[in-house]
Amino acid sequence: MKGAIVVNTERCKGCRLCVVACPLGILELADKMVNRRGYRYVEQVKPDACTGCTSCAIVCPDACITVYRKKVD
Amino acid sequence: MENNPIISPENVVYQKPTLMNDNHMHYCPGCSHGVVHKLVAEVIEEMGLTDKAVGISPVGCAVFAYNYIDIDWQEAAHGRAPALASAIKRLWPDRLVFTYQGDGDLACIGTAESIHALNRGENIAIIFINNAIYGMTGGQMAPTTLMGMKTATCPYGRQADLHGFPLKFADIAAQLEGTCYVTRQSVHTVAAIRRAKKAIRQAFDNCMNHRGASLVEIVSTCSSGWKMTPEQANKWMEENMHPFYPLGDLKNTIDKQA
Repeated sequence: MKGAIVVNTERCKGCRLCVVACPLGILELADKMVNRRGYRYVEQVKPDACTGCTSCAIVCPDACITVYRKKVD
Repeated sequence: MENNPIISPENVVYQKPTLMNDNHMHYCPGCSHGVVHKLVAEVIEEMGLTDKAVGISPVGCAVFAYNYIDIDWQEAAHGRAPALASAIKRLWPDRLVFTYQGDGDLACIGTAESIHALNRGENIAIIFINNAIYGMTGGQMAPTTLMGMKTATCPYGRQADLHGFPLKFADIAAQLEGTCYVTRQSVHTVAAIRRAKKAIRQAFDNCMNHRGASLVEIVSTCSSGWKMTPEQANKWMEENMHPFYPLGDLKNTIDKQA
């Protein structure tokens, strides 16, 4: 199972709830990068590790994460 | 990331509910309101009630709820959402009528309206966000503030002799004859969010099937009012709020009716 996320960085407020909720710990706030509103947005720091479990997206209060999942052999 | 082959429309497993629009939500980072808004939008979408849903927004942080979910909304005077919901449901019995209220709106200024609407058994659903503080006005003490909890208006902590005791509104509602479903949920973890969604769905189902009044209390955080980070607020809620406001169903008469 391979997953991927796309974060709507302009909507993200950097609350870190997804960082805590991710069972694999592959999310972190962007380093020295902010969106237009001045929030440090979240990004995936370990590429290819995502399984698409949707935990991050479910806890996101601003609905900024879209999750994709695909079975790969 | 843009070249990732997994990122294509057929592989989407979770996205923003289509009923939620692109308006930037005014809530503070990590606010539980966002999660509950999402659940409401998802449930209405899944039940296919987009054209039939009427929400009543309160006075409090969620006053702008009508800006974020694309269904019919009506703004009520402070605390009077259940009275307005009763009227709408009586005039339009085939609609899904729900109120979305905070603890200041439902358990303080609107206590009378809430209790009487629930006691009359109006076929409405009430979503009650309990964060034990007045979030919008700057963190003053609410009726639901815990004993010893510090707020702007009780800086030494809430004391029984000075401020009285916290109000367990869902417990009162469970005693009323008119309610068919009273539950207390939270949205701090993935599992809790799934349970809260089920509860909201049950309440909306009761509203559509005229089974009586439903109350879904959601024990929430107010990281700004509590002066914590969203992570700390969730932890504080688990340690302090959940022992006093235990989660689970307080009343469910639906199984007996079926």
